[in-house]
Amino acid sequence: MTPPMIEVEQLRVRFGETEAVGGVSFTVPRGDSFGIVGESGSGKSTVLRALSGLNPNWTGRMSMDGMALGPTRDKRFFRRVQMVFQDPYGSLHPRQTVDRALSEPLLVHGIGDVESHILQALAEVALPDSVRFRYPHQLSGGQRQRVAIARALMAEPEVLLLDEPTSALDVSVQAEVLNLLADLQRRRSLTYVLVSHNLAVVAHLCPIVGVMQGGEMVEQITSDDLRAGRTRHPHTAELRALSVELEDPEEVVGRVS
Amino acid sequence: MLVEVDNLRVSFATPGGMEHAVRGVSLTLGQEKLGIVGESGSGKSLTARAILRLLPSAAQVAADRLTFDGIDILTAREPVMRRVRGKRAGLILQDPKYSLNPVMTIGHQIAEAWRVHKGGSRRLAAQAAADLLQQVRIRDPQRVAALYPHELSGGMGQRAMIAMMLAPDPELLIADEPTSALDATVQAEILRLIDDLVSRRGMGLILISHDLPLVSHFCDRVMVMYAGRVLERLPASQLARARHPYTRGLLDCLPSLVHPRRQLATLARDPAWLTA
Repeated sequence: MTPPMIEVEQLRVRFGETEAVGGVSFTVPRGDSFGIVGESGSGKSTVLRALSGLNPNWTGRMSMDGMALGPTRDKRFFRRVQMVFQDPYGSLHPRQTVDRALSEPLLVHGIGDVESHILQALAEVALPDSVRFRYPHQLSGGQRQRVAIARALMAEPEVLLLDEPTSALDVSVQAEVLNLLADLQRRRSLTYVLVSHNLAVVAHLCPIVGVMQGGEMVEQITSDDLRAGRTRHPHTAELRALSVELEDPEEVVGRVS
Repeated sequence: MLVEVDNLRVSFATPGGMEHAVRGVSLTLGQEKLGIVGESGSGKSLTARAILRLLPSAAQVAADRLTFDGIDILTAREPVMRRVRGKRAGLILQDPKYSLNPVMTIGHQIAEAWRVHKGGSRRLAAQAAADLLQQVRIRDPQRVAALYPHELSGGMGQRAMIAMMLAPDPELLIADEPTSALDATVQAEILRLIDDLVSRRGMGLILISHDLPLVSHFCDRVMVMYAGRVLERLPASQLARARHPYTRGLLDCLPSLVHPRRQLATLARDPAWLTA
């Protein structure tokens, strides 16, 4: 039996006196998607940052593809795991062209044939070749997020960690980026961990969703159960009710309060 | 009518020629809640700011009619505009982090807004500030009044912002993406609060957002903008019966919790919408 792609057990993260994440466990099978929802301060991004190696101060056990992860990660880890952030304006270097942003991962990981890799990456995220020598400020928000996704894919990772990848985008652009992420996953058998406050976005991409509140994962629920309202924890029910109420003002289902 | 706008045009001179950001928008507003919806660059914020004459100095504004309670905004002198802004019309922006003074306590800021418009002693203003904080449902107003903006959560900061806007008893409230930086639960609370205050005080509200379902949930009427024009106007309750393909497209491309779709619809933009 192949080990799960990601295994997190009793993960705890402290910032000084406050415990931001207090014992979170979940597993993600290879090629699957796991969603984490919660409000700001619930610890959902902190889980992702500990998993990605951005924050070494955690306790518990995490493993990837059967291998235990330590507090700091080596180059091989970053070849297999990449992250996409909420705001591409903040994650792309303002003085570097798209070409430079995309070629850097190739240089770092010693991957040759830069030219064809860049053109292929642009095509894969449906960007025209003409954006290659532009700067981030010359692109639209949706184009910038496509560049960030292309950059994450340059090293051909197996895992993508997605932190609110569409919440800075217009809804029409959000749909395009979500479709792109779904396509890429099918094509490349990627494993996703997606963090978002938007239940509909998470349920669209992920068959299993973990609900966080106050640093704990209070419930893990299938998207089908979430859609149908078969929730067990009151916080899940509350988040769902809000989402449904705004989605469908005319038919309020399972309304709380 | 509180606000009357007829054929508003806002343009910017760019090296490549004139950029027409708002191209002939008309609207009227009384004591009601109007939602303006559109994507980034649709001209929704510029339209609302034109009413307060708060556009960047590079903007060229023209209109057949642009009035606030009978005052001609296009020709009014600056002192007149200053009495409109803040006192008679409040503006709430997306992120309270950038609209609050970081080195002044919440209580002082609200008290200052109150004194500028109403006069009175410092003691009276401090009391009024605490009272306003209570009106925006902050449980411990005395304690919160003594805090600095960085000590507040996003939702609390936005409440404080609203309290400050309410200080001079405005007749119009313009809320430009007031909850985009907030969580879903806090978002709903803030919008219910605005909704409640606007109804109770008989104010007019212009709510600007890119979130069509959200806006129609809290407004009476919705105006959909695209590339500087109004493509569709409809009563909020009729959203499901929107006819314009752009409005339909905005609704269809949303992932839905209740009605899952394997592939999300994407918006096919018709060049004809630019001139429609």
